[in-house]
Amino acid sequence: MITLTTPVSEAAVRALKVGDEVAITGTLFTGRDAVHKYLHDGGQLPAGVSLQGGLLYHCGPVIIKDGQGNWRCVAAGPTTSIREEPYQWQIIRDFGLRGIIGKGGMGERTLAACKDYGCAYLHAVGGAAQVLAECIHQVPHVYFMEEFGAPEAIWEFEVVRFPAVVTMDAHGNSLHKEVLAASEAELAKHSYRYEPKPN
Amino acid sequence: MNSPWPFSALTRCRRARSLPSMNVLPDSLLELIRRASAEIPDDVHRAILAALEREKPGTIAQGAMKIIDQNIALARTKSQPICQDTGTILFYVECPAGFDQIRFEEAARGAVKLATAKGYLRQNSVDSITGRNDGTNVGPGSPVVHFHQHRSTEATVRLILKGGGCENVGAQYSLPNEKLKANRDLDGCRRAILDAVLQAQGKGCGPGILGVCIGGDRATSYEFSKEQFLRPLDDHNPNPELERLEQDIVSTANKLGIGPMGFGGQTTLLGAKIGVLNRLPASYFVSVSYMCWAYRRQGLVLGPQGEIQKWLY
Repeated sequence: MITLTTPVSEAAVRALKVGDEVAITGTLFTGRDAVHKYLHDGGQLPAGVSLQGGLLYHCGPVIIKDGQGNWRCVAAGPTTSIREEPYQWQIIRDFGLRGIIGKGGMGERTLAACKDYGCAYLHAVGGAAQVLAECIHQVPHVYFMEEFGAPEAIWEFEVVRFPAVVTMDAHGNSLHKEVLAASEAELAKHSYRYEPKPN
Repeated sequence: MNSPWPFSALTRCRRARSLPSMNVLPDSLLELIRRASAEIPDDVHRAILAALEREKPGTIAQGAMKIIDQNIALARTKSQPICQDTGTILFYVECPAGFDQIRFEEAARGAVKLATAKGYLRQNSVDSITGRNDGTNVGPGSPVVHFHQHRSTEATVRLILKGGGCENVGAQYSLPNEKLKANRDLDGCRRAILDAVLQAQGKGCGPGILGVCIGGDRATSYEFSKEQFLRPLDDHNPNPELERLEQDIVSTANKLGIGPMGFGGQTTLLGAKIGVLNRLPASYFVSVSYMCWAYRRQGLVLGPQGEIQKWLY
């Protein structure tokens, strides 16, 4: 298990390779469909949010206010990342991101941006909303709550030992591409003629 | 239920009986939602534990299955959502003739609002044009309520919460499909279903469960494919040909090496359930719905006051 602490240096990201398990400690910002489109269209990050050396988490959490008026994260697993494929490369380039946390992997443009600018894709376990919420010790701020609604807002999380797996690294490797190619080849072997059972 | 299928195709009217007051129905539905969101059904949990056993120690696939197992325990203990995407809210109601469906829908909407305020459900329903989320989960098309009358005097309510990640990897095929070499026969159906598994990879939060419908029109086919998720994972298809195909799909999918989360590994599917509807001579649809491992399904039998008489899963 490799420990990643934010802000993450370019050297630390370039040292990661596909298949590495990481534990993340520090600050994460969430951002999903609305945020990506907004930034792609030229929108600015709100004051207080910096993605330099940062990690962006594709996540729409369930968050409630506790008795003291503090935000409390009730559930926070990753959402499907591929929807951000049209925008992600640009956000890596323009905002200094060192890591994307999500699920399902991303495409060629993101993979190329990871290589060009020093970023990695960190796959969290999809659906594991409770295990991951346990790693979120504080929710200090939320941005764009009014504009985008709770799941789409930018939430700031303080996390401790948040687990993920490197599935796309800064060297042009993608576990998703490898598994797709291998499974395609395997399926071809099992594409025999399937006959109904003779009576 | 006498039949392993969710609903019988034919229902006949029965003399309307005097209606019970159903005054605790909203509480029962709230508890149904809480339980569905936080507690994985036993049949699914058993399949997940078996899948955990199969993964090789020290692999990232085994690591993912361990986190999944921990997550199931934590959600149950804390009474919090297994997954933050609490999904499309699908109620399936079987009821006798004379059952007050309007009142049921009102109670269901109220329970959904309350469950959202309590954090059992995420604020998950968005106006498709404006993008506005009013935070209630109630609006056009949400929640979804399917009513089916039956001749029994019993009323049952089943609930499925189906997340967007797995919904997005569902697929519908119109056969023949030349690219897949899929003709209008069981071999063609198998090719289409396995293509859906290949295309989904780990994106739908595998290991997954398939609900499949062969036949129907585009709408009924998808709808019936989802109704397959009401079947327990360890049941048997009453049609031996479909039972055999279900087993073939699971064993073949598990040879593909896609594995949990698409990390590579032994278990790509936990199950496959296939139903069949008649079709038009011109149409031959194979509809595949994908359910993630966070398979949230619960059901109950309602008593005369709308109280919970029995849990179904």
